[in-house]
Order: sequence, then structure tokens, then C-alpha cells
Amino acid sequence: MSSNQTLLSIEHGLFPRFGEGFGRSASRFHFGFSWKGEGVQLLDMEISTSENEDCFGTLLKQGAEARVFESIFLGRRAIIKERFSKKYRHPSLDSKLTLKRLNAEARCMTKARRLGVATPALYALDPLLHTLTFEYVEGPAVKEVLLTFGEHGIVEERLDDIATQIGQAIANLHDGGLIHGDLTTSNLLLKIGTNQLVVIDFGLSYTSTLPEDKAVDLYVLERALTSMHSSCGNVMDRILAAYKKTSKQWSSTMNKLAQVRQRGRKRTMVG
Amino acid sequence: MKQLIALGFEGSANKIGVGVVTLDGTILSNPRHTYITPPGQGFLPRETAQHHLQHVLPLIKSALETANITPDAIDCLCYTKGPGMGAPLQVAAVVVRVLSQLWKKPIVAVNHCVAHIEMGRIVTGAQDPVVLYVSGGNTQVIAYSEGRYRIFGETIDIAVGNCLDRFARVLTLSNDPSPGYNIEQLAKKGALFLDLPYAVKGMDVSFSGILSYIEATAVEKLKNNECTPADLCYSLQETVFAMLVEITERAMAHCDKKDVLIVGGVGCNERLQQMMRIMCEERGGRLFATDDRYCIDNGAMIAYTGLLAYAHGMTTPLEDSTFTQRFRTDEVQAIWREKSLS
Repeated sequence: MSSNQTLLSIEHGLFPRFGEGFGRSASRFHFGFSWKGEGVQLLDMEISTSENEDCFGTLLKQGAEARVFESIFLGRRAIIKERFSKKYRHPSLDSKLTLKRLNAEARCMTKARRLGVATPALYALDPLLHTLTFEYVEGPAVKEVLLTFGEHGIVEERLDDIATQIGQAIANLHDGGLIHGDLTTSNLLLKIGTNQLVVIDFGLSYTSTLPEDKAVDLYVLERALTSMHSSCGNVMDRILAAYKKTSKQWSSTMNKLAQVRQRGRKRTMVG
Repeated sequence: MKQLIALGFEGSANKIGVGVVTLDGTILSNPRHTYITPPGQGFLPRETAQHHLQHVLPLIKSALETANITPDAIDCLCYTKGPGMGAPLQVAAVVVRVLSQLWKKPIVAVNHCVAHIEMGRIVTGAQDPVVLYVSGGNTQVIAYSEGRYRIFGETIDIAVGNCLDRFARVLTLSNDPSPGYNIEQLAKKGALFLDLPYAVKGMDVSFSGILSYIEATAVEKLKNNECTPADLCYSLQETVFAMLVEITERAMAHCDKKDVLIVGGVGCNERLQQMMRIMCEERGGRLFATDDRYCIDNGAMIAYTGLLAYAHGMTTPLEDSTFTQRFRTDEVQAIWREKSLS
């Protein structure tokens, strides 16, 4: 992402930074340079209310390392993700990690879009307040859908569709050299109406083309599925089937995955 | 009604312990002996087993005497089936088989990791916490779900305690009472924070890279007087504990649980407890931690967990009373958590 120095001259927060992937999303969301006039004022208002705790709008969720707020950005329903500092961490370790992950997340989100995987469109990044502002996606997380399946019985068609979409999305990311890093069922949303899969939370993402990294990425998801959704049957097999169909480099990844599975400590082994 | 009483044997690593407990968690006795090696050296399986052999019988006597019971009063004999080092595990397994034949008592095989969790729960009163199990041989983030203790995150190479122990060897710190304790004390004097690799992968962590890095840097930096051993201990602790707290927090967010229980030898570390407490408070949860009496491997935890299983009708036939170096936490059906005793 090219950091635009002139934009940084605005004294306080929420200045948009235009990245590589922004060209496409910008026109799609009518997001031009018009922010210079009205936008800044609007942003000023946001800042002026920032004295109180929930300065970014309604708190939706407190995740492990970020607070997610619902807000309005230039008249659009938006999500603001604030990475808060961790008081338990050494300050220098904390600021290093927070900033590194904030930038990485913005880069990876836009890269995923370029690879044809639906993600929320990035609106803005603020390295001082440690916030990202992006599109609000309406719909349940795959986690909730699978848990309902667990309780009320599985809708086979729906499950198949979800698994296929997940497999295709991961394959597209991986073939483009992007590793999500935190594939859990809470980080996969299903857009309301279209049921399109939207991948969120690129906070641990990075770029890599190594089969090793891809395999670990899949393994993280596999573990999340078996620990949380064991009642849904073998969703992972369906995801992997779709992955194989979509990915061009599936065979090296699958071989590595078999090795990675053996790697956890204290596994029962024969011989 | 008479309370059920169990005698438990723990010998999966460098500690041999014998404990007597009742079903309500009262510890009648819990003696233990640790095999301490000279500075700069770790413990090897054969010597450790030899140590256990020498100390197990006096420990049984002292356990029974302190508890003021005779073998007749015991309902079941529990031992660590695994995971751990093969040779030391064998000592406890053999002793239990012999005693079972002599005293005509049933055997209950216990998973070491599950024993740590159950001991932590009964001592602290934590109901349904996310468990961080950190020791010299294990690093796991565990939570109960659908009948088993499931592993949400773990180390993909060496355990955090192993990382600390091996670094203590580089600095030739004393192994008495434990290398981790001495690192903790030295770290309190550290002031300079050195940038170390930080390896969190989803809910998993990796320590071997950090160890290699700090082993190499330590020699270099100490030679050039760029930092002190205290600084190195401080930086290592800050980095690896931050990783542990991070994956614990991630597991908490993932399974929607508020409380954390820390068990295992590294769990005695007050800096780790402090960092974890800050994190829990920020999330509106509580931290449950124990001190070295329960955190570190002991016989009582094995006895208590075995007794829970025994009270729910589980025993291990003599021919199945084996031991294994690899025994996953999630292989155990935690039947005592499914139904309470009527």
C-alpha cells in the first residue's frame, strides 16, 4: 500500500490511505476524492466525540485483540475495527505488533479482493488510532449457521454450498499467495440474501507461496471445525474437495497437510 | 457413608509423587521428590527412572503415614498412563501393578494433562474455564466441549517450559528448585527489552525458533556486553508469555468463555499469572491459578482424577495398565463432567 504523504498532513485521525486494490473498490463504492471537502468535516465530528469510551459508534463485539464498532462512514453503514493496545504486553512489543498487524490486515484485505475473494471493502486506515474502517456486511457467521445445524439437524444442500464456497475461497487466496492465518468459522460470513461467503479478519494474514504455510492455514480451520462443530459431520472433507477442484497447486498443499496433521505433540502413533 | 479414597502415582517427568485424596478433593498427603540435575544439564530418561525407583517406596510409606491410613482404606490405585518420558512412566506403572496384586485393589489409568486440569478446577473452584496448560513437556490451550477436553491451540514444536529450561542451560542457571523459577527471579532484574521473534499461528504457537535465536544472540551480546543475562531472561519471558496470553485470549473469544485456569509447572510463574490476570480483567473474566504445590506435577492430582473416573465406574484391567509417551488430552472421555453423581 502506498502511503500518501499529503494525506498525512491532516492533523487527526481517519485519513484514508489509497492502496493498490483500491482502484476497483473506489469506483464501485463511489469513493473518490470528494472526501476532501465534506469528508474531513465529517471526520472532525467523529473525532470530537472521541472523548468518551465508545467513540467509534456502537460496540458490536470485543474480539481477542480488536473492538469492532458499527458506525457511519460518509453516509455508509460501516464497521470500524480498532486494535487496542494490550496492557499485559511490553509496550514496545505491543506497539510493534499492533502497527504491523494493522498494516498487514489492510494490505491483505485488498489483496484478497483482487484475487476474487469477497471481503468487506476497505474504506480507511488510521495508524494513530489503530483503526480500519470497512464495509458493513450483513449476515450470520458460518459458526452460527453450523451451530444451528448441530441443534436442529443439517440442511445438506446448504452445508454443501457453504463448504464449497469455503473451499473455493481458500483455494483462490492460496493460489494468489495469500495466507489468511486465522481461518475459523467465526471469520467466515454468509451475506444475507445472496448467501455469498465473505471472508473477514485478515489480522493474521501474510503473503506466502509455501505449501507449508497453506497447509497450516487449512489445518487451523480443520481444528476449529473439529473442536467446535463435530456434530456437523465431516465438513472439512467437503471443503478440501472443493479446494482441490479450484486450486492449481492442490497436490503439494495436500501432501503437506498430511504431514502437518502429524505434527501436534503427543499424537498417538503406531510404531 | 465412607468417603472414597485414592492413592495416586505420578512419574511422567523428573518428579515422582505419591498422593492420597478423597472424592471431595481433600488432600490427605502429597509428598514428592524432584530429580535435580547440575546446572547446564537436563534430565535424561534412564537416570530419572533410576531416581524414581529409589524414592518411590519411601514416598508411599510417608504418604500413608501422613494421611494416617492403612492400605485397606484405599479404594483405588491411580497412575499416570501418559504422556511423558517412557522410562520414568514405567516406574509408576510397575509399582501400581504390584500394589494392585498385593492389596487386591483396582487400577485406574490417568491422563497426565487431564489430571492437571481437574486438580486446578477443584483447588480453585473454576467451573468451566479455558485452560492454559504450560509445563516442560506440554503447551496447550484446552476447553471442555461435548464430553472431552478439546485442544484449541498448542505448540507445534517444543513446549514453553522446555524453551525456558534449555535457555537456562545456556546461562548455566541452577536447576534447583527449577530452571523456570530461576529465570523468573533473574528476569525481575532485567530492564532492556530485546526484540525477539514472535511466533503465533492462529491459536498455535512455536518456540523453537525463538530458542535458536536467543541462544545465538545471547552468546554474542553477552560477549560484547550489550546486555545482561537478566535482560535476556526478561525479554524471553515477556515475549513467550505474551504469545501464550494471546492464544488463550483467542481461544476465549472463540468458545465464548470468560474464565482462565492456568495449570502446569510454568503456571507458577507470577509474571505469566500477572499478564493473564490483566487480560482476563480487560475481558471481564477471572483468572484462576494455583501455586507450586498443585501446579507442579504431584501424586494428588493423579489420585483425584483417577478417583473421579472410578466413582463413575471406570477402572483399568491389569492387562491394560500400560503406559504411553503419547497420549492426547482429547482422547479421554471425561465422563465425570457429563453427569454428576447422584
